[in-house]
Amino acid sequence: MKSFDYARADSAEAAVADGGSEGTKFIAGGTNLLDLMKLQVETPARLIDISRLDLASVEATEAGGLSIGALVPNADLAAHEVVRRDYPVLSRALLAGASGQLRNKASTGGNLLQRTRCYYFYDTTSACNKRAPGSGCAAIGGFNRIMAVLGTSDQCIATHPSDMAVAMAALEATVVTLKADGDRRRIALADFHRLPGDTPHIETVLEPGELITHVELPPAPKGRQVYRKVRDRASYAFALVSIAGIVAVEDGRIASAALAFGGLAHKPWRDPAVEAALVGHTPGDAAFAVAADALLADARGFGSNDFKIPLARRTLIATLRELTA
Amino acid sequence: MHFTINGQSFDVEPDIRTSLLDLLREHVGLTGTKKGCDHGQCGACTVLVNGRRINSCLTLAVMHQDDEVTTIEGLGTPDDLHPLQAAFVRHDGFQCGYCTPGQICSAVGMLDEAAKGWPSHVSESLDDGALTDEEIRERMSGNLCRCSAYPNIVDAIREVADGARDERRVGEEAAA
Repeated sequence: MKSFDYARADSAEAAVADGGSEGTKFIAGGTNLLDLMKLQVETPARLIDISRLDLASVEATEAGGLSIGALVPNADLAAHEVVRRDYPVLSRALLAGASGQLRNKASTGGNLLQRTRCYYFYDTTSACNKRAPGSGCAAIGGFNRIMAVLGTSDQCIATHPSDMAVAMAALEATVVTLKADGDRRRIALADFHRLPGDTPHIETVLEPGELITHVELPPAPKGRQVYRKVRDRASYAFALVSIAGIVAVEDGRIASAALAFGGLAHKPWRDPAVEAALVGHTPGDAAFAVAADALLADARGFGSNDFKIPLARRTLIATLRELTA
Repeated sequence: MHFTINGQSFDVEPDIRTSLLDLLREHVGLTGTKKGCDHGQCGACTVLVNGRRINSCLTLAVMHQDDEVTTIEGLGTPDDLHPLQAAFVRHDGFQCGYCTPGQICSAVGMLDEAAKGWPSHVSESLDDGALTDEEIRERMSGNLCRCSAYPNIVDAIREVADGARDERRVGEEAAA
């Protein structure tokens, strides 16, 4: 690990005032950042420890939703009684991720900012436009079993690894930040992560020094909530395909549908065409097939991840059956 | 830097990069906690920080100066084993023993999580934390055992979990 300067922030305002300089990173749980620092994939010159800031509570909002402090550990959020009752898709997504030890340490804000698990991103001897811009992409034409099939570019086919973020995308969460100049910003989760395009090293819309302080959930949505994750092991593995689904059926027709997908793209994937294919229709395999066609119309495999396209189709149909049974 | 480990105070000045795991093993001589993968994948380094289980390899020592750290050495002694240590011996819950300190620290934290009613990925309902064997396996999935002593590890943990539950029930009946 490269050495670094370390400072503990006393307030969020002090953290952002100090956080914008070149090579500076915030550290909270540290479970992903330190992993990458040991491999010298990340080499920050300075770490600002935000783990003691007063951002670890979950509170009701005036709008009837929930405000989640950026430092709430994944374990506590999954077990929170309001999350379990009103946002079970979020509890289920969190519980499907990582291990008990990691969930105790990993923070809500850090989970959103975790980096891809692309093998070539981790291997500093490989070409990777995300780790070393302009060096190429060893995953395209390489072993790409875990890579993306939607929204890829000729620069990068990495996926975002979070389960939590997929549930938050379906729940239409808002990321609340504090900027270096002291202004607050509210960013829809759908707009928070970027597709790779020509700049796969820039993964979110955060500005230098901008700190996530909270994630807000709107009031509990109508309908049934399901998180389904398909992976290579029964526990403690990243998703090959995952789906967070929230569907309400009224008078025999689908009244509303929110579906977000993990394991398929560089960000939690939502596609209005999938939901449009369902709303107003009678639940059943005919409508579900149209939705799957919409989801995968532009899907493209890269060899060893071709299987994800039929897998995503089957997983979507199975999830929709469960949501509307 | 000042640390509180197993109730004892330590003043040491490690390099800023020192993980909590390396602090324990290299700076204060507590080698019970083991280094397996050093990347949070195997669980051999599991310790309790303020009563919660974490991977000590994936956190900086400097970030834990105000915390209470408990390692395997703080749970029991050869003459006075922790109930989980005794159960691991009784059920032969190991072969080489390298993962065992992490397994036991993890199980202590896990049983506390279950006692608080926290659900897991395999819980049928999010309100149900009953510790079936399937639940124990899922909740302990962050601890690998290359000797594959898993069936006996589950037996040892189940025995302690059942004992704690029975004790709680006796206590509740006595109180009633």
